[in-house]
Amino acid sequence: MKKVFIRGLLKENPVLVALLGLCSVLAVSNTAINSLFMSGAVMFVLVFSSLIISSIRKIIPNQVRIPCFIVVIATFVTIADLFLKAYFPEISKNLGPFVPLIVVNCIILARQEAFASKNPVHYAVADAFGMAIGYAWVIITLGIIRELLGFGTIFGHKVLGSWFEPWVVMLLPPGAFITLGVIVGIMRWLQAKFGGSTS
Amino acid sequence: MPKKEKKKLLIVTPAPHIKAPSDIRKIMWNTVLALLPPIIAGVYFFGLYSLALIIVCVLFSVGSEWVFLKARKMDTSAAFDGSAVITGILLALVLPPKLPLWMGALGAIFAIVFGKQMFGGLGQNIFNPALLGRAFLMAAFPVAMTTWVKPFYWNLPADAITAATPLALAKFSHQTTPYLKLFLGNVGGSLGETSALAILLGGLYLIIRKIIDWTLPFTYIATVFVLGGVLWLINPNKYPDPLFHILAGGLMLGAFFMLTDLVTSPITRKGRIVFGILAGVLVIIIRIWGGYPEGVMFSILIANAFRPWIDRLFIPKRFGT
Repeated sequence: MKKVFIRGLLKENPVLVALLGLCSVLAVSNTAINSLFMSGAVMFVLVFSSLIISSIRKIIPNQVRIPCFIVVIATFVTIADLFLKAYFPEISKNLGPFVPLIVVNCIILARQEAFASKNPVHYAVADAFGMAIGYAWVIITLGIIRELLGFGTIFGHKVLGSWFEPWVVMLLPPGAFITLGVIVGIMRWLQAKFGGSTS
Repeated sequence: MPKKEKKKLLIVTPAPHIKAPSDIRKIMWNTVLALLPPIIAGVYFFGLYSLALIIVCVLFSVGSEWVFLKARKMDTSAAFDGSAVITGILLALVLPPKLPLWMGALGAIFAIVFGKQMFGGLGQNIFNPALLGRAFLMAAFPVAMTTWVKPFYWNLPADAITAATPLALAKFSHQTTPYLKLFLGNVGGSLGETSALAILLGGLYLIIRKIIDWTLPFTYIATVFVLGGVLWLINPNKYPDPLFHILAGGLMLGAFFMLTDLVTSPITRKGRIVFGILAGVLVIIIRIWGGYPEGVMFSILIANAFRPWIDRLFIPKRFGT
């Protein structure tokens, strides 16, 4: 069970290794706070969808399993979206359509298809947590780097003084691509150096 | 095997045994020599600060190349083959003369690390590294990258030193600039792009030494001239005349020193003609209908992206088939 949880963090990281769900990773990681809320929403949806789908995996007909997954996922996405709209209207506005779009986020669908629908509940939940935390640390790191270079702040607090000239590019899509590429490169390099045989 | 024995090995190669006397170093240092006139013109018009900007860009591009090669445990002597020096100089020549030095350094690091070494070093890069560095700075610091100064600004009162480029004047306020000023370079603009005369000198040297193919700059400039001319004939009040198009902005510098980059331009002559025309059309499209007053940087970068396809279109026939 520990193994199931651990692998989502690095070795099978949904963003760094599988490069799934990049749409939200690139779009909302412009500030750390947006990343934090986005990963919270993803974690909520992923864990509960895995829980439900794993527990009803024996009664889902194989031919229509994808629509079944989508219905379950959409239910939790709606809950998350309405919750954010009610309690954090400002952040919900910043995240825009990317919270509703979690419905079609490939990380979540992939975990249901590849894991939760074939494994017992406790494994499915451990896997969901591992993947969600793997998603979270990458997108929050991305958000911190982009916010630091793009605004000179971290979580809204001024870190770099007035001498700092913001790099506008980091707030734009190219900045997201470049930063993510660098992170993927560094992780690959570290893995090759310390992780032994990976590929 | 000890080194001594290695040298004694007999080298067998098929005929013909003609060896060209040129190598990477020779080509690169000749290009640096050809860049001297634009550098001198830039320093003459924009002062010693611009020389400092050039030096910073060169130091940081050579330095970052060395660090990158060292980190990847590759041959660090490649950092000193002159190509990084050229990238640094070219980057500085397309920057505003009063750009803060650290921005120039950042652009140089980006140009070398992301524009060149990430692709595998010299000969592997898809895009011209210097222009990629400039594109990054343009996206990162849009205000600083469009703040131009007048030539000889140190003689002017403090509130009169900023200037618009001739292209911006033509596009946004319909003002024309005299041709002689444009030709000599006595106008606002990037550090090394203003003087058409100095660039022509350096470009002609490269053509005479056969380092660049004349078809590339010729088709590029001719396309801009013809298309600009057609538009000017249609409506002379709205569009600038063709001579202005080829003298203003970075067209000359781009044509002779960036479009002709040996790595990022097509191999065959037919391909080069298509490449030059494509880039020329893009310049006119961006200058006339685009949001930016100048389109040389993006035209070359976009044409670079098409280079592999252009090369594939014009594969030469094998001899004898």
